[in-house]
Amino acid sequence: MPEAPALVAIRVTVNGRAHSLSVEPRMLLVELLRETLNLTGTHIGCDTSFCGACTVMLNGASVKSCTVFAVQADQGEVLTVEGLAKNGELHPIQQAFVEHHGLQCGYCTPGMLLSTLQLLEKNAHPEEKDVRKAIAGNCCRCTGYQNIFKAVADAARRLDKDKS
Amino acid sequence: MLSSLGPEARLLAGGQSLIPLMKLRLAAPRHLVDLNFAPGLSHIDSAGSQLRIGAMTRHAELEASADARRVPILHDCAAGIADVQVRNRGTIGGSLAEADPTGDWAPVLLALEAEVVCLGPQGQRVLSLASFIQDAFTTALVPAELVREIMVQTPAAKSGGAYFAFKACAPVYAAASVAAQLTLEDGVCSAAGIFLGAVALTPVHAAQAEAALMGKPVNEKSIAAAAEAAAAACDPPADLRGSKDFKRALVRALVARALDAAHRRARGESVEVSHLYA
Repeated sequence: MPEAPALVAIRVTVNGRAHSLSVEPRMLLVELLRETLNLTGTHIGCDTSFCGACTVMLNGASVKSCTVFAVQADQGEVLTVEGLAKNGELHPIQQAFVEHHGLQCGYCTPGMLLSTLQLLEKNAHPEEKDVRKAIAGNCCRCTGYQNIFKAVADAARRLDKDKS
Repeated sequence: MLSSLGPEARLLAGGQSLIPLMKLRLAAPRHLVDLNFAPGLSHIDSAGSQLRIGAMTRHAELEASADARRVPILHDCAAGIADVQVRNRGTIGGSLAEADPTGDWAPVLLALEAEVVCLGPQGQRVLSLASFIQDAFTTALVPAELVREIMVQTPAAKSGGAYFAFKACAPVYAAASVAAQLTLEDGVCSAAGIFLGAVALTPVHAAQAEAALMGKPVNEKSIAAAAEAAAAACDPPADLRGSKDFKRALVRALVARALDAAHRRARGESVEVSHLYA
């Protein structure tokens, strides 16, 4: 057996909270979130960089957290599904998914929400083709996506209204 | 640092191929040197007729770049690689250095006759991309050498290109892809670069397809002849992504589409191109 590698000290801010941690260099970001920080809202669906259930924001860009090492988040900011709701109120994207039944089993939902956030931050008025492209890396095995498209469109309207 | 760690060290760029390979135990490097914190490797500089793209430039940055959009085939490629999350991490230099037979950048950059700037303990050298790619997953990089930059000459005014990849869905490997860049002079094709991806261990240079266009007007007839020649030029392996015949038919169709879009762009039309899903 190879000897255990030395732990690496990292500082990472997750959902606004700063953490100083020592991690194995091989630890994945999703493992840090789920197993060290107990933020189990981020799901591991495939662990092969396919399904997108583990999508989180790292320094403002959506990433598959099963395909990033925890040490790569050093000095960085991570946003997970737990960071979306504020003061007990669902984020407008979450509310839109609830109202349009944009989920069934809910396994893919955390990733869908973060991919929707990434889309709407860059494009406040997406057409359906933009929505399709934005969630092409998020696999849903229940819904057939139709209600997800409706939810994303409604989320765009809600966020737009909040701004004005 | 890389030289001191020895041959079992690997460079980590975007990690969107290397990390999955490590999880499958297909790669087990003893050390990883993470380039994500290294300065000076991420830029898109446009000077005169040359575009210099830093190796650690993310696909998403190229997708959003106005400079890259002026070479439409670059935008076609960048905007269609895998999915948003992978494009946010994956890099152009990492893609070339990995030399995966299904990689998107290699056929596109070969059609643009790109050059690769490599930096190592012996200094810097510039290689044509054609000589940089040696075999599947094998490049001309020597130990402790890395890709620093990719250099692309901006095509002439009456030149147009297009890239199409066909795949089952966004995050999977393409069954086949085609990059084509055409230049027109007095109504006929005066230069052509056609490269096929994912149908062999390295990108296939469809020279006979180029010959079918040279000196001729680009129309239905010459495009059909070029598409036929390209399909004959490759011998794709049958695998889960399709049989040999299916992939040949795919190459024929993709070459026709790519040439049509490239030709229209060469004539100044704006043409939207995106990767195709089954």
